Amino acid sequence: MKLADSDFAADRRAHDVGSAVRDYLTRLRGGELGALPALLGMGGLILLFWILRPETFLSSQNIANLFTQALPVTILAMGLIFVLLLGEIDLSAGVTGGVCAAVMAKLMVDAEQPWYVAVLAALATGLVIGGAIGWLVSVIRIPSFVVTLALFLGLQGVTLRLIGEGGTVPVRDDVVVALANKNMPIWAGWLLAVVCTAGYAAVQLGRWRRQHQRNLAARPIQLVVGQVAVVGAALLFGTFLLSRDRAPSPLITVAGVPWGVLLVAVLFIIASFVLSRTPYGRHLYAVGGNAEAARRAGINVTRLRMSVFMIASTLAAVSGIVAASRLNSVATASGGGNELLFAVGAAVIGGTSLFGGKGKARDAILGGLVVSIIANGLGLLGAKAYLNMLITGGVLLLAASIDALARRQRSASGR
Amino acid sequence: MPFATPGRENRTGTLSDHDRFSLAGDASRWEPPGMPATPLLDLRGIDKSFGPVKVLHEVAFTAYPGEVTALVGDNGAGKTTLVNCIGGIHPWDAGDFLFQGEPVRVNSPREAADLGIDIVHQDLALCENLSIVQNMFLGRERRRGLALDDAGMEELATTTLAGLSVRTVTSVRTPVASLSGGQRQTVAIARAVLWESRVIVLDEPAAALGVAQTQQVLELVRRLADKGLAVVLISHNMNDVFAVSDRIAVLYLGRMVAQVPTASVTHAQVVELITTGRSGELGLAR
Repeated sequence: MKLADSDFAADRRAHDVGSAVRDYLTRLRGGELGALPALLGMGGLILLFWILRPETFLSSQNIANLFTQALPVTILAMGLIFVLLLGEIDLSAGVTGGVCAAVMAKLMVDAEQPWYVAVLAALATGLVIGGAIGWLVSVIRIPSFVVTLALFLGLQGVTLRLIGEGGTVPVRDDVVVALANKNMPIWAGWLLAVVCTAGYAAVQLGRWRRQHQRNLAARPIQLVVGQVAVVGAALLFGTFLLSRDRAPSPLITVAGVPWGVLLVAVLFIIASFVLSRTPYGRHLYAVGGNAEAARRAGINVTRLRMSVFMIASTLAAVSGIVAASRLNSVATASGGGNELLFAVGAAVIGGTSLFGGKGKARDAILGGLVVSIIANGLGLLGAKAYLNMLITGGVLLLAASIDALARRQRSASGR
Repeated sequence: MPFATPGRENRTGTLSDHDRFSLAGDASRWEPPGMPATPLLDLRGIDKSFGPVKVLHEVAFTAYPGEVTALVGDNGAGKTTLVNCIGGIHPWDAGDFLFQGEPVRVNSPREAADLGIDIVHQDLALCENLSIVQNMFLGRERRRGLALDDAGMEELATTTLAGLSVRTVTSVRTPVASLSGGQRQTVAIARAVLWESRVIVLDEPAAALGVAQTQQVLELVRRLADKGLAVVLISHNMNDVFAVSDRIAVLYLGRMVAQVPTASVTHAQVVELITTGRSGELGLAR
């Protein structure tokens, strides 16, 4: 027993800041990059566009723009992360969002339903589409790539049929339009930031305290506090940026955190909790890592596989609604363009693996911001459309390469 | 009755016609000290066919708590099929399955697990992207309300590993991907221990391991039996079998040709039993 005790003492040793930093560097070299590529990319891009367009890129107007621009892609990516965790793909998520938005718009405009009925119907449509995909993939066992590619085409037909060729349906409902176009009162924005910071601190410190009480390995308290401070500072700084008046004319005031940011914050907190703190989330990682092992451990892999497509499609519906709100309309081509590519790119840039078993909800936010910065910055530069596509495609390939190389590094270093 | 009959079965008077094997040439010459009379696992006359191919012929097999029972046999002798019957993966066609003397029916791995039978397959069935704790609790996570009780699980995993005197693992939060083969085997076995299994079947645990790691796993196997578990060890390596087992069961072409105390046979006899199905007065009738 002496030997056992002595070796497990390694697990109970008090980590100091130095050993924690060394551990982090070891993990980094082993290919566990975490949020680093996304943060570096974000910093680099901000610097680049700031140098190229010093007047406009960091104006308070454009910063608010950036956030609302990132909303649909972030929400779409958050749903896709669930699918990617199992090593599957949903190529139809973008057009699913389009169909759901069309359902919502038609209900509000033609059937004159109130916004909540229309929104609920849109979400239900997403759930049904996701259920159909999930059933075809998990029960019939068609590769998700094929199922969702077929739906990518088929659902565009549905949107076309709903809206009519070449047409658009306007979205004028106040509540839906407010989602991406109106801002929270200044005080509410600050309250949101403070509550989020406090909640994050409570979770982190609570975990640290539990580990300490039970004499388990815990990160040094300085690091925990430092991490909370950095996240809190980022949240408060973002709120400060969005709380400045950004109206183009001095006669009116436009300031505050967009309502859509609140929506993303709520979705993010739920997704994070589900993925990292519930048995369901743990099982998702397990199936993504080794489906056979998960099955033998008594996990219902079929049901789990079905559920991720339902989550992805429902979040795609939310994303479609937000996109419709931003554009004040739904068009026949809604969701059929770059949306999906951007969302997959966002997830992968954020650190989610295309091979399954690795990813976090925060990847959607980090990656979504990076993708939007690229789109926004290129727009400010007045880049030609062909260049836009080339660069975006290149960035997605780059992210996928980093993912593949990091994975190779992980297996080489046995991680 | 062409063979000497096993003393234990004579005592309980449950010897049936299909017990066409010999436990030992002389039943009185081996008596496990302080061993309960009822085996934990007692299979009698198990038949199993896959279509027209009969894989197991009236196989009898017993495993006692506190003992390591080695299950040996050449490739295709039916070891894996027998283990899969025990683990509820394949239903058997005919025969009795007694657990602690009670007849049971094991129709699924879940039912086997509920009885306390755990099979550590050769591929170990671990998720490489999850940590040691997460793997050990996979499918049976502990919760605090809605959320997972990570700290509680970590504590329990650490205690379990320490209880097995495992000293090759530095942190239970290490992902399994970064563990060596022996360490992974240890995690798979510790998982079975954690779930309070009473019968642990190890399918070739040392097949892919180096010398030192094999030694560690064999020590662990011995400790499991010393803790009172019934351990069934499938192995091709006679040195391993003789190093840790209390009894040896030999399968030959789907028949159980001998179940003998390890101390009563020699290396050569076991090899002969494996290859020809008989050795001296042990094994199949001539």
